[in-house]
Amino acid sequence: MEFLTDNLVTVTLLVPLVGAIVVGLLTESDDSARWVALGASVLALVSSLWLLVGFDPAAGTQAVDSLAWIPTLGSSLTLGVDGISLVLVLLTTFLMPLIVVAAWDHGDRIKGYLAAFLALEAAVIGVFTAQDLLVFYVFFEFTLVPMYFIIGIWGGANRRYAAVKFFLYTLLGGLTMLAAILYLYTAGGATSFAYPDLLQAATSLSLVEQRWLFLAFFVGFAVKVPLFPVHTWLPDAHTEAPTAGSVFLAAIMLKMGGYGFIRYCLTLFPDASRELSLGTGSGFFAVPWMLVLAVIGILYGALVALVQPDIKKLVAYSSVSHMGFVVLGIFALNSTATSAGVVQMVNHGLSTGALFLLIGFLYDRRHTREISAFGGLAKQVPVYAGFFLLVVLSSLALPGLNGFVGEFPVLLGTFQEVPWAAVLGSFGAVLAALYLLWAYQRMFHGPLVGAANESTTDLTAREIGVMVPLVVLIVAIGVYPQPLYDLVEPAVDTVLVGVTQ
Amino acid sequence: MAIDFGAIAPELVLTATAILVLMVDLVLTDQAKQLANPLSAIGALVALGFTLPLWGDERSTFGGSFVVNDYAVVFKVVFLVSLLAILGISWRYFAESRFFQGEYYFLLLVSFLGMLIMPSARDLLLLFIALETVSLPGFVMAGLRKRDLYSSEAAIKFFLIGVLSVALMLFGISMMYGFTGTTSLSGIAQALGQWGASPPPLLLASLLLIIVGFGFKISAVPFHFWAPDTYAGSPIPVAAMLAVASKTAGFAGLIAVTFIAFEPFAGVWAPALGVLAILTMTLGNLVAMQQRDMVRLLAWSSVAQAGYMLIPFGLAVTGNAEVNEAAVQATIFYIAAYAIPNIGAFGVVVAINRRTGYRSIEDFAGLGGRHPFMAVAMTTFLLSLGGAPPTVGLWAKFAIVQAGAESGTVLAYVLLFFLIVNSVIAFYYYLKVVWVMWMREGREGMAPVTPGVNLSLVTAALVFGTVLLFVLPGLIADTTVSTDLVAGL
Repeated sequence: MEFLTDNLVTVTLLVPLVGAIVVGLLTESDDSARWVALGASVLALVSSLWLLVGFDPAAGTQAVDSLAWIPTLGSSLTLGVDGISLVLVLLTTFLMPLIVVAAWDHGDRIKGYLAAFLALEAAVIGVFTAQDLLVFYVFFEFTLVPMYFIIGIWGGANRRYAAVKFFLYTLLGGLTMLAAILYLYTAGGATSFAYPDLLQAATSLSLVEQRWLFLAFFVGFAVKVPLFPVHTWLPDAHTEAPTAGSVFLAAIMLKMGGYGFIRYCLTLFPDASRELSLGTGSGFFAVPWMLVLAVIGILYGALVALVQPDIKKLVAYSSVSHMGFVVLGIFALNSTATSAGVVQMVNHGLSTGALFLLIGFLYDRRHTREISAFGGLAKQVPVYAGFFLLVVLSSLALPGLNGFVGEFPVLLGTFQEVPWAAVLGSFGAVLAALYLLWAYQRMFHGPLVGAANESTTDLTAREIGVMVPLVVLIVAIGVYPQPLYDLVEPAVDTVLVGVTQ
Repeated sequence: MAIDFGAIAPELVLTATAILVLMVDLVLTDQAKQLANPLSAIGALVALGFTLPLWGDERSTFGGSFVVNDYAVVFKVVFLVSLLAILGISWRYFAESRFFQGEYYFLLLVSFLGMLIMPSARDLLLLFIALETVSLPGFVMAGLRKRDLYSSEAAIKFFLIGVLSVALMLFGISMMYGFTGTTSLSGIAQALGQWGASPPPLLLASLLLIIVGFGFKISAVPFHFWAPDTYAGSPIPVAAMLAVASKTAGFAGLIAVTFIAFEPFAGVWAPALGVLAILTMTLGNLVAMQQRDMVRLLAWSSVAQAGYMLIPFGLAVTGNAEVNEAAVQATIFYIAAYAIPNIGAFGVVVAINRRTGYRSIEDFAGLGGRHPFMAVAMTTFLLSLGGAPPTVGLWAKFAIVQAGAESGTVLAYVLLFFLIVNSVIAFYYYLKVVWVMWMREGREGMAPVTPGVNLSLVTAALVFGTVLLFVLPGLIADTTVSTDLVAGL
């Protein structure tokens, strides 16, 4: 028992991994796969909550577990959490049981499906908690494999294209990052891949080196976020992925990019970060490029979402827009905006996760996602419509719901640094209201016509059970976000001290 | 002159086994002939038993032309393990098609004998003999399916190109001897050092001719064109042997020649091999994308893999022992990591091919449903060839990128750029196979996959190795990192 409580991070990672192996070894006819998967994901949640209980936001990185791995390279399996890591781990472990329950009736090869998700959960937790860059890279790359199969095997009609595109885009980003990690290791004269050692090694880099390495890391993470112009894999992958896959992708995997920006880009290359985020250099570097890309992402994603006839694609593009806010906040480099960027990652995870779940429930009933196929559904499925409205409002950042407490401080903080970026970004919030409410209106209001609409059934108890925890958190964070900020802010401040010194 | 029999014990064991197999084959009849396989495996195991204790030793015999050090031992272990794996995938294949079993195992063992000599050879003549010992049995093995026209074509192509490359190489060696007055690698290095910055063009030509001779062996572009036809026409286990072991032998020879003998002229051959690396990986991958036959796909992919292995050669710098050593180690690591999944992939092809004759990519459709184990195995091997976790291939790529980052020259970055682009291209076609296996339905009435116990065990062992070495890369890294090609390099 003591061993478990002393190594909570490792336990949180190992539980789903072991779960994945157990589920993988069950026979196809064995019905227990669902229960094993649910049990593993709930255990991981418990273990991460336990981590939260003993967590001290002011104490920096903690609960560090370390195990020697490749001594010749100076790499060790070191895991630990700070505030930023912890909220993202919690987001993952919180959503995972819901994903399992949502996939409960997934008939097609359920065993492999659940095993892939559990493996994915373990990998993502590894990404968020790794304190050794080599370990981080390995987990980062490993997330590709299960997701490839989830999209490729269980996805929609165009799944092959989407799965390959997803894999190749992220692989390209990952390998570029690997080259940068190794350059940093060599040029900085580091003796290990431990994060503190590489942080030390990075101080010897010249500004030009920093720029190049920043760019290489940036490519790896920008693909994940995804940031314009490397976002094009996302609409395909999200749309073709099965419901649970879309939820995991949007709610959790995209956060790996945002996390990487904060944890690695900002801290390892502070001078280049400052220059590229705030445009403090001269010539080419007088432009705050990161904010420009973020704003383009916000507006472009929103405008494209506006014209989507397919509700799932609409939400996918809205992710490009919303993650643009996250990036805007992170690179605005002030405590308010960057903390809010992290909080917004959690919010986006909850809202977009909930939206994809709802769309999945509807798709199971109707086998279409065309907005024009629906109409007047509010009369027919009031419970569903109620959930949908609440989540839509949360996604468009209505005050009192979680979206607002992330998006507004992002804009506020950004305004203090680069006013025009905040002004342009706020148009994204306006457009979000437009495309989301318009879609809601077309689907749920108006006359109820057509036999298909008239025979659509409302949510089942299981589905309501999946939605309730999400909605509770959406409201709770919206009303009282302070605990979340208390977790995140000290860690963000530690990062920013290094950047803005 | 006293001969150090301990140092050459593995070679002696393999020679004895080869002769024994040939003799036993005369005595045995019909079904019993397949016993040549376990006999060969026992020989390989004994040879391995004699090889492992040599680790850590520095031995030299035959007047310094045969050296056993850690560098040589690592290669020998790779060869012997490959031999065991290839024997594993050969057994059923040859026992059921019933052709020339005794001869096949004899030739295979002789070929591996040449390979064992290769990393120990420190003399151009011995290198040449080793190369010939590897190649000559290969010509015959490629043509073992005598009644199959493709097999004959494979053998003829392989033979003609092989002879041509050997002729070029011999020509180079003779000129090199004329310039330096020695055939010993270190002697050549010393003699070349005296030419300084302005070597006569003919000297450079002879140097390049020797390198070209090895270029054929490792199927580097533009000396690759025999490889796909030969692999595709050969019996599949022979293709595995050529793609993995024979190529590794070529690299062992190339490393010795370039990094020992021609080290003073690294400024000449390093950029040349760097360019070859780019051409080889890019062409190999682009053509592999178009393939429909699984063996051909693996053949072209192995051409591309040779390109990755050549990258560290492009990083060599005269007189910079640190960089050169890192480069050699990266190549060795890659070779060792690549052997396991690649033989494994050929093994799965043998399994699918058994009793069905299936070999096109289409024939793998629905394998995930028809035979999940083989599909999982193939997926693991392909991920490893591409370099994705959780497989050892990740560390292979890692080793190359690390060598590149450590070198830090402009050429190194260009090479890394092409490595990254090519990795992405390569995954496109590896994933195509994965997709066909898992996400496509098999055709109606496809024959069942019956790999048999033997092949399943070998495949399982290779899958295990591929994943185990991902978790514990130290098992290879610790050995390769402490490997010096020559003392004081």
